[in-house]
Amino acid sequence: MKLKPLMIAVAAAAVCLPALAQSQLTVVNFGGANGAAQKKAYFEAFEKSGAGKIQQVEYNGEQAKIKAMVEAKKITWDVVEVESPDVNRGCDEGLFEKIDWSKVGNKADFQPAAVHECGVGTFIWSTVMAYNADKLKTAPVTWADFWNTQKFPGKRGMRKGARYNLEFALMADGVKTADVYKVLATKDGADRAFKKMTELKPSIQFWEAGAQPPQFLVAGDVAMTTAYNGRIDAAQREGKNLQIAWTGGIYDLDFWVMPKGGANKDLALKFISMASSPDAQAEYARNISYGPTNNKALAKLDPKVLALLPTSPANSKDALQFNISFWADQGEALEKRFAAWSAQ
Amino acid sequence: MNATAARPLMPLAADTTGPALVAQLRQVERRKRLRAIALTLPLLIFLAVTFLVPLGALLVRAVENPEVAGTLSRTGDALAVWDRESAPPDAAYAALLADLAAIPETAQAGVLARRLNSEVSGARSLIMGTYRALPLGENLSPLQAKEKLLAHDPRWAELPYWWAIAKNSSRWTPDYLLASVDLKRDAQGHVVRVGAEEAAFSVILFRTFSISAVVTLICILLGYPLAYWLATLSERKANLMMILVLLPFWTSVLVRIAAWIVLLQTNGLVNRFLMFTGLTGEPVPLLFNRLGVIIAMVHILLPFMILPLYSVMKSVPGNYVRAAVSLGSTPLAAFFRVYVPQTYPGVAAGGLLVFITSIGYYVTPALLGGPADQMLSYYVAQYTNVDVNWGMACALGSVLLATTLILYSVYRRFAKAELSLG
Repeated sequence: MKLKPLMIAVAAAAVCLPALAQSQLTVVNFGGANGAAQKKAYFEAFEKSGAGKIQQVEYNGEQAKIKAMVEAKKITWDVVEVESPDVNRGCDEGLFEKIDWSKVGNKADFQPAAVHECGVGTFIWSTVMAYNADKLKTAPVTWADFWNTQKFPGKRGMRKGARYNLEFALMADGVKTADVYKVLATKDGADRAFKKMTELKPSIQFWEAGAQPPQFLVAGDVAMTTAYNGRIDAAQREGKNLQIAWTGGIYDLDFWVMPKGGANKDLALKFISMASSPDAQAEYARNISYGPTNNKALAKLDPKVLALLPTSPANSKDALQFNISFWADQGEALEKRFAAWSAQ
Repeated sequence: MNATAARPLMPLAADTTGPALVAQLRQVERRKRLRAIALTLPLLIFLAVTFLVPLGALLVRAVENPEVAGTLSRTGDALAVWDRESAPPDAAYAALLADLAAIPETAQAGVLARRLNSEVSGARSLIMGTYRALPLGENLSPLQAKEKLLAHDPRWAELPYWWAIAKNSSRWTPDYLLASVDLKRDAQGHVVRVGAEEAAFSVILFRTFSISAVVTLICILLGYPLAYWLATLSERKANLMMILVLLPFWTSVLVRIAAWIVLLQTNGLVNRFLMFTGLTGEPVPLLFNRLGVIIAMVHILLPFMILPLYSVMKSVPGNYVRAAVSLGSTPLAAFFRVYVPQTYPGVAAGGLLVFITSIGYYVTPALLGGPADQMLSYYVAQYTNVDVNWGMACALGSVLLATTLILYSVYRRFAKAELSLG
């Protein structure tokens, strides 16, 4: 007796679910302050436009998950935010759909680095030097200052791993920004970078997640740290007196990609296109200080917001663009060397 | 079991009533056995699917090497006669061009590039760049093929790339396993140690064991008195205390790690207390070093030590110690010479449990330790997620598996000896 309504409900659900699934899009990002800004600027606008519902999933950049999904031909993620080395590698290995740029927008409107065969650059972020202005009497400016533990006593926060740190070490050792990757590609250059890292080793406190550096600074654990500029910006918005030294920052892009073989390809591309529009990107940059990739978005922002972005002229003057192909070639060997170095 | 039970019946039955009964009996026995198997079948299938198959796949992946053999087979053949010291034969250049041109999808070229790049840095851009530039010409002679390739990218003259291709043109490779113990095959195929700046895994393996050993030792030192005290309490009090022991056991590991961060950070509760009591003038670094990792791991693993110890101690009769004391032993000597040996099985079981659990630890060292405190699992995760080099990840996993099995067999021998002593 009681089973009947239940059966009807189950049957109804079975009929309705595929319909629901079609208009629902799973978008995967890194969460945190950036995820919140994306939600406000992109996801809510997309849902309001009636195009479909968005289910937000957080991950930590693990490409293994995407690889496993594509290999098993069971794609549950429609749109994924990936870092630039991964868009290249995934594209080479056939993990991502090719982008139909005619449906995204005019390529000429975008930053050249944002246009990729398999991905659409969504924002420009930077790994920079940050410090707590309440605790340091004089402001550090260069990476040489970061290495100078005499003038600026205290611990230094750095990302656990070789990436970025080796570039910073070379800049601290006097290598010009433009020559960093040329030097690092040689055996001597890599030796030089690791030697410089050894100099600072006793003072380094390594971080794993992007949320840690501002926390270290606020807690007074470190005097200076490398950090993602958006995280420092988020802490500033919470009233913390954290500051950024932009000289020698390394900027890079994150991309939207679509794992190969997903069922919602059209809707996914629609989402990417919407999230790449000038209005949406301008709204995003107002919520977190990451640079828009669509140049038309810049015109919609007021100077106060612009001054905080890694792409503003003053901030990008001495900046270094992250070299994807260098790290694609050398990354595995350098990370292994870093593991050996940290054990020494 | 059923077969042995049936055997004594057989001659008896044959003597009295002939082969018919024997056959009948056998049938009954077989049916019984089938039913027993059918009952355990779901569990066996479950174990096979969730445990043996993935484990087998892991072991296979650690030695499987299909990427180069599958795509550059002609090049591999052409390199078979090469002495590995002079320039590679022209035929190898021609074969390479033919092999690359025969790769139907970019994805396969990408997989090949990744495999070779993990052997020689730079191979990724070399392979992908060459693949994207194809075709370099029609109907090329081997010499022309060589010239075209060198003109496209002069790195094709460098021997390490050709060594990597030659070395990996067989379907199976010991390289991942060798690399996980800091060995490699040189160009001639001899096994040699890797250079000092690449040698990471033997240190990491040693570190994994030393952290686990320290954690196990501290767990024994802390767990033993507590378990002893619990075993001497009345049933009701012991149950209450047991709940207190188990309470953190039921809390998520991540929550407990977050709690330790709050407690141990520079201006955390522990440091403030130490400074308040005047034990230290300035904060002690308790976090992002070995100390923090060990404190948190001991806290998480202590129940695994207490539970087996407690259950063994509960079964130790008290009259042996009383007898020893009444025969003139001091209480302390009686405890160490009579009581403690009887609890060795518990110490061994708890120690093994804690040790084996800790060598697989990942989250705790990742969040509470510095780069010099990471254990082997951290690098398994790094190779799985970041480098997407699953062969290497599986090889490291196999090393962990092998050491665990060795430890377990040592334990079995040790435990048996202990038991026969008792």
